[in-house]
Formats: sequence, C-alpha cells, structure tokens
Amino acid sequence: MQAFGSGAMTNSIGDITQSKAILAIGTNTTEQHPVLSLQIKKAVRKFGAQLIVADPRRIELTDFAILHLQHKAGTDLALLNGLAYVILQENLYDAGFVAARTENFELWRATVEEYPPERVSAITGVPIDDLVRAARIYGSNHPASIFYAMGITQHTVGHQNVLAVANLAMLTGNMGVPGGGVNPLRGQNNVQGACDMGGLPNVYPGYQSVADDAIREKFTAYHGTGQPPAKAGLTITEMMTAAHDGRVRAMYIMGENPAMSDPNSLHIHECLEKLEFLVVQDIFPNETTEFADVVLPAAAFAEKEGTFTNTERRVQLIRRAFDPPGSTRPDWQILSELARRLGAKGFDYESPSQIMDEIAEVTPIYGGIHHTRLEGDGLQWPCPTPEHPGTPILHVGKFSRGLGHFSPVHHQEAVEMPDTEYPYMLTTGRILQHWHTGTMTRRVSGLNFIAPEERVEINPSDAEKLGIADGDWIRVVSRRGSVTARARVFDRPRPGLVFMTFHFAEALSNVLTNNVVDPVSKIPEYKVCAVKVEKAEGA
Amino acid sequence: MVAVLKPEHIVRTTCPYCGVGCQMDLHIKEHMVYRVSAPYEAPTNHGNLCVKGRFGHEFLWHPDRLKTPLIRRNGWLEEATWDEALDTITAKFAAIKAESGPDAFAFFASAKCTNEENYVMQTLARQVIGTHNIDHCARL
Ligand code: SF4
Repeated sequence: MQAFGSGAMTNSIGDITQSKAILAIGTNTTEQHPVLSLQIKKAVRKFGAQLIVADPRRIELTDFAILHLQHKAGTDLALLNGLAYVILQENLYDAGFVAARTENFELWRATVEEYPPERVSAITGVPIDDLVRAARIYGSNHPASIFYAMGITQHTVGHQNVLAVANLAMLTGNMGVPGGGVNPLRGQNNVQGACDMGGLPNVYPGYQSVADDAIREKFTAYHGTGQPPAKAGLTITEMMTAAHDGRVRAMYIMGENPAMSDPNSLHIHECLEKLEFLVVQDIFPNETTEFADVVLPAAAFAEKEGTFTNTERRVQLIRRAFDPPGSTRPDWQILSELARRLGAKGFDYESPSQIMDEIAEVTPIYGGIHHTRLEGDGLQWPCPTPEHPGTPILHVGKFSRGLGHFSPVHHQEAVEMPDTEYPYMLTTGRILQHWHTGTMTRRVSGLNFIAPEERVEINPSDAEKLGIADGDWIRVVSRRGSVTARARVFDRPRPGLVFMTFHFAEALSNVLTNNVVDPVSKIPEYKVCAVKVEKAEGA
Repeated sequence: MVAVLKPEHIVRTTCPYCGVGCQMDLHIKEHMVYRVSAPYEAPTNHGNLCVKGRFGHEFLWHPDRLKTPLIRRNGWLEEATWDEALDTITAKFAAIKAESGPDAFAFFASAKCTNEENYVMQTLARQVIGTHNIDHCARL
C-alpha cells in the first residue's frame, strides 16, 4: 500500500479491546466477520470504547455505536476528508508523530482545507454536528482504530478511500500502537494468503515486484526456467476483456466462480464463451463450469493439508479429516502434476509442508514459517527467520516504506449516479448465513432454511411511493440487466438506496452491477450503481 | 439402542468461510462431522464460531460434488480419467503457447485455496508458462 508500504491489517484481533475509540466504515462486521465483531462489541460493552459506524445502512453494529454516520453510498472520501478537516481545525492531531514519522503533510493539509463541515454535510447527507462529534471522538481518544472492508474498496475511488483512511490514522498518531491501526477486514478465508502468495499480476510471493530485475532473476534461477516479462500481467477484469478480443485464448480457473461473482455477468458470460480453452478446477459444478472444456474435481478444505492466512496475517494450519471423495485430488497435487507433464522440474512435492518450506526460502515475510512451527496459534507475518516470533502489530517505530506518506485525495461522484430514469442506488453485499456465490452454503440445508432466498432491502418511504409491501415480488432494473426477487421493506438502507446480496444464482445482483473499475486497484464498483425498482406482477 | 455420540477422532482445523480464520474442532464419527466445537485458547476466536463455521459443513457430502474429471465432447461435459483430462490440457496448452506465446494464458488463483496451492499456481503461471496473467477475486 502506497501510504505505508504494506496492504494488510496492521493490528491484531487480540488488541481490539484496547481501543478507546473505533471507527468502522464500510464494514458490516456482524454479518461478514461475525466472530471478530464480538471483540468490537466487547471493546464497547466491557471496556467502554466509543464506536462510530459510518455506513449507508443501519447495520446491526450501529446498535453498539455511540454515533451512526449514515452517509450516502459513494461519498466516503468526502466524509473521511471532512473528519480530517475538523481534527486539524481543532488541533486534535498528533504533531509529534506527524513530524517524526511522516512526509508530505503540508501539501496534503492544503487539500483537506477544501472539506469544511458545511460542504461535507452537503455531499454526504451527514448532519454537521454529527460530523464534528465523530471527528472529536476519533481525534481525542487514543489509541483509536479504524476498521474497513469492501464497503469502501468496491468503488471507482476505492484506492483513494484506503489512502484517506491511512491519512486519518497517521494524523492522529494511531500507527504502530496496540488498539490503533488501519484494519482492512479481508472477505474470503484465504484472500490474504492468495495475495501473499503472488496470486496477483504485479507481484511474486511476499509482494516482491515483477518489475524488479533482481527478483525475477531470483525466481528464475530458483526454478531453473525461462524468465517471464518485466511488465505486470492482466487483472481479472482485463483478462475478461482480453478473452473477448481473443488476446487471451486459454484460461485456468481454480476455486472461483467468475460467471456469478463478477460484475456485469452477462458480459462475463460472453467473454468465457469466446475462450478457446477453459479449464475449471473446483469442488462443485457451478455457473462457470458450464463454459469449461475440461473440469477437474478438487478436494475440499477438510480433505487436505495446508495453510490459510487470516485477516490479521496469521498463518494457520488446516488438517485432513477425510479422504478426498471419488477420484478428487487436492489442488496442489493437480497443479504439480500438470506442471510435471508440461516438462517442468521441481514440482515433485510430497506434501504441502514441503511446499511451505520452499515458500519460506523465496519469500522473506514467510521466511521463518514452517508447518512444524504452526501447531498451536500459528504465526503472524512478517516472520523472516526460523526463530522469529511473528509480528502482531505492523509499523511499530517505523513504517515498512520508511516514512508514512500523506496522500491528497479528492471526492468524486460514483460513475453511475441515480437519474430520472434510474432513480435509485443499488449496493451489494453479503448476509450472515451465506457465503459469496453460495457454492458451499446453499448446499447446507440448515443455512438455506433460515435464509432461503434473495430479499431486496428497500426503505419504507420508497416502498410506499412505489406501492410495494414487504414480501412483494419486485423487479430491479439497471442499464445492464434486470432481476426479480422479493422485497424486504425496512428502514435499514437509507431512503434512495436498495440492497441486494450476490449469494443467489436465481436472482443474481451482478447482472445489474457496473464493471467500471478503480484505475489503480482495479476493484469493480459493486457498491454503487443506478437502478429503477418496480412491482413485478404474478411471479 | 441409544446412540452414544463419542467421536472416533477430533480434527483441529481452520474455518473455510471468512477471513477471521476461526479455529475449530471437527468431531468425526462414521465419516461425518456430527459436531463442531471451538478451542477457548485460540487467539482468533476464543471458543466462538458463527453459524457458518458451526453448522456449515454439510456441503462436503453433497451429491453434487464433482467426483471425476470431465471433458467437453460434442458440446457435452462427459466423464473422463485423470490421464485423459491432463493430456488434453497439456496438448492444448503446448499448442497455444507455441502459436500465441505465454500471454495468451490467464490464471485464476483462489482466495478459497491454501497458500501452498496458490504458490504452486503462481509458479506454474510465471515460471512454467511464462505469464504474469494471474489474479484472484481479492477485489471482488
Ligand atoms: S466461524 Fe464464522 S466468523 Fe469464524 S471464520 Fe468461520 S465464517 Fe468467519
């Protein structure tokens, strides 16, 4: 990450209860990270932390908050800059920390001057008093932590939102202290690990840049292969476009379901259709396997060994409880066998533990991580040597990039704003009982029983205007497609906002969402698109 | 007969759902998980689990599970052996690489697979095929 040189939760689950103030923005923690939310609740109820929730929806966490900033979807940047404005204005910032550990402060400060409470209130819809109060709570209680999730990253300005969060934490000297920090909550169980392991187009394992000649040479020498190019590869969204124009001819998809999870699904279907050769490796047939030329059956988590890295950078073991069913095989075995058949050397692993030993050799932040050390509590990276105890808190005394960098960031409207034809804003997310595209949870009868179908959340004032009652079938239409589902009328979304999940294939919100992406992070703008809502007859 | 639910064995593992990474104990009998408990000493979850970690494991035995490789023949996915499936991939990959070069390939790593598996995939993509076209749904 540009601000401090590392993109993970800076602090640990274990030190949440030391926070005196907590700002939770764009994270529906009680449903997305339920067990972690228990620590936030405990910090509030048992230790008196002051919790501020910034979210366009009245999520459950607001019941524990001293203040709920219900800003309009897509106005996070204005809100965050507005908080910084008040903190500067009232001299609540940590001048010592700013002077000793950061750079670019004055330049950044000049840009924040443009966000006085009156303007921010007009953009976000948050009352001036609440804005000022929130800034005072976050600015004058130390340590204070910030938690965020996809609610602020899935926008065209997602990358700037993250920088704005970092600016606030540096301004108040909340970096490198227990109970402080900037804490992105990672969604999928091993999204942190997939990033750590170089499942990204621009970095090798351990965030070692592909543009760095020495790094490329190191990996090439290690594996005794040809050298890949110095230029970063394609992101998912770019891969899809490249498949569409025939530049990408073959695709290999492991354990993902882009036909359902990616924005503007109908476009994705066309791209997958155009591929000359598609291999899908998964535990279940899904929307993506329908496009596959070869499908490989994989073992599930309880049928293999290995490690997952959680949102606090903790590498933990998974253990085999059952034999893989039928002729399924663990993904590592399938990939290694394929590499061998393609003539590569060095893929004769006997176990994931042996693979981890290799990872440790080539990945400094995992340098001391071996399966034998992970019994018990696991280890938090960076863990560079076999004796290193792991790192619960990042940036203590010094940022990984040296000085923390204040980055000027400005509010801009979402690419697609409501208009007369599509007057509502749609935002998407998850609910507690289901997971992602539902490949696993929709096949668990108990979870399906309590959450059997999509329910489109809509504010009562909007429902009344449209003549929609709770449980009615409604149609949600965007410029890209239309979806029919039942309405859930209650005051959780703010007026003008409707909310859907992406768990249900039969009412797939990603038919509606916009595939425009943040130019830096390449994250699609799932969180905001314009829709119209109408009552559906019969259905 | 009264069923005495004593596990044949208990396996400590990590929840496969969200990024909290709760530690859990699968209590196993007759090849099924009949109970899931959580260790109090685990720093991630201190004995807690949510509804997914506690009850969300039935999918492991769902009849829809893919059990054998499939190859598309005349428009239909048909059952095949591992050898046939891997040979098909190897032949096609070699041909496409020879004709269009490494950047005609794209790989999806996975936020649901292990570190070790993602590592092997990125090595396959970067060093064996020779492309950095690898990404996963971190952004989604
Ligand atoms: S039990 Fe719930 S909170 Fe814990 S890792 Fe699993 S899904 Fe996340």
